[in-house]
Amino acid sequence: MWLCDSSIGRKVVMSVSGLALILFLTFHASMNLVALFSKEGYNMICEFLGANWYAVAATLGLAALVAVHIVYAFWLTLQNYRARGKDRYAVTDKPKAVEWASQNMLVLGIIVVLGMVLHLWNFWYNMMFAELIHQPMLGGIHATNGYDYIAQTFSNPIYVVLYVIWLVALWFHLTHGFWSALQTVGWSGKIWFERWKCIGYAYSTILILMFLVVVAKFAICGGAFCCGSCPL
Amino acid sequence: MDKNISFKLRYWRQNGPKDKGHFDEREMKDIPGDTSFLEMLDILNEQLVNEGKEPFVFDHDCREGICGMCSLYINGTPHGKTERGATTCQLYMRKFKDGDTITVEPWRSAGFPVIKDCMVDRTAFDKIIQAGGYVTVRTGQPQDANAILIPKQDADEAMDCASCIGCGACVAACKNGSAMLFVSSKVSQLALLPQGRPEAARRAKAMVAKMDELGFGNCTNTRACEAVCPKCESISNIARLNREFIKAKLND
Ligand code: HEM
Repeated sequence: MWLCDSSIGRKVVMSVSGLALILFLTFHASMNLVALFSKEGYNMICEFLGANWYAVAATLGLAALVAVHIVYAFWLTLQNYRARGKDRYAVTDKPKAVEWASQNMLVLGIIVVLGMVLHLWNFWYNMMFAELIHQPMLGGIHATNGYDYIAQTFSNPIYVVLYVIWLVALWFHLTHGFWSALQTVGWSGKIWFERWKCIGYAYSTILILMFLVVVAKFAICGGAFCCGSCPL
Repeated sequence: MDKNISFKLRYWRQNGPKDKGHFDEREMKDIPGDTSFLEMLDILNEQLVNEGKEPFVFDHDCREGICGMCSLYINGTPHGKTERGATTCQLYMRKFKDGDTITVEPWRSAGFPVIKDCMVDRTAFDKIIQAGGYVTVRTGQPQDANAILIPKQDADEAMDCASCIGCGACVAACKNGSAMLFVSSKVSQLALLPQGRPEAARRAKAMVAKMDELGFGNCTNTRACEAVCPKCESISNIARLNREFIKAKLND
């Protein structure tokens, strides 16, 4: 099967799974934004995406996507490490055109996984999983009250800092990943390379800001970094 | 006239692919600035031979930037900091400063085992070309040049791809030891022309399969290759190869 046993095939798997994850992140970020202006609206989404078979199927699909992306990431990186040979250069001079992120995708990915584990513990386990096992009060708040979970999480400054680090790593991963994915599937050239790079930077920046603004709102308004003097 | 410079030269010695290898050092004195890098190494070897020592081994042939034989990794850059569009043989000592330390290493990659010192075995590239980097039609009598009309832009681009001399700087620079810039240029030079189209799918598949078999790495689009390519090949060739390969596989 060429998706396993050719270098370009393996990269196509990386690229398509990565692009699908970007699409997922876009939905996720859009839903998060609702929490900025409506508690009821946000909790309605939580309920809608709670314990039903569509949501479970989608979660499994997503988990498979992440698993494939991670397995291929280690596989490709290991092969690349071997192809480099066992002798390393004594002196190296990185060309200016080489982006830092492009050479550190695995490290950035590992930070993203660690953030994801934390995030799944914070939210998925206490919300979706709690409902699935019919223990809706697992984390002390009712599972469909996602809004209060966010507020509770970001009242802890450690979580705020960890989430910001996580999102910054994801931003770096995406600034390279976006155009790289399109290059991998062959939709690039001298003109489109510049375009994708520009679109990729803009898209990743907007996407990550969408996540960050929710963290910021809950960290500041009544959260870990609340000054307590505003009427909100 | 350029000034003369003196510097410390650190050059890699290795007796074959299994040997561990080490650096030798030598103070080079009063080298004229308009000496080419390879001429400077000739001076080194003359000194070594006169002292009864073994000369330093490195690849070189035409010494005018077109054969692709020279292959030295100088101060962390394949071919050194030449003007882009030049190989080691067209690197001149005026690019260095008096008192510099100059480190010379071979291309380091699993696909290019060291033969001796800084001479590496690049027959892997020949094998990739043999796998499909040609057109198999019987050519018969020469045709009129304008019997097949080719848009100027395509002809120019194919020529740019064909200017790849297969020196291997792309592999040397790549953190993954990937040969994608070379293979994609060699696939592109034919894919862009009508004569190359009939066999384009077979060619892309065969050359990529050979490249993988020979142990070159996967491309992660870091662009280190195009930054050092002496012939300024672009990674847009890699996008074209990806396109050709994916199309071919989907049609299988
Ligand atoms: C939401 C999370 C993630 C998204 C949206 C994402 C997205 C992407 C995209 C679009 C690419 C470019 C594919 C290409 O070059 O063709 C990529 C590459 C990569 N990703 Fe991710 N990724 C995510 C998580 C991870 C994780 C968890 C890991 C690893 C532990 C990881 C490791 C890598 C590596 C190593 C590459 C480079 C692969 C290569 O170029 O060969 N990523 N990612």
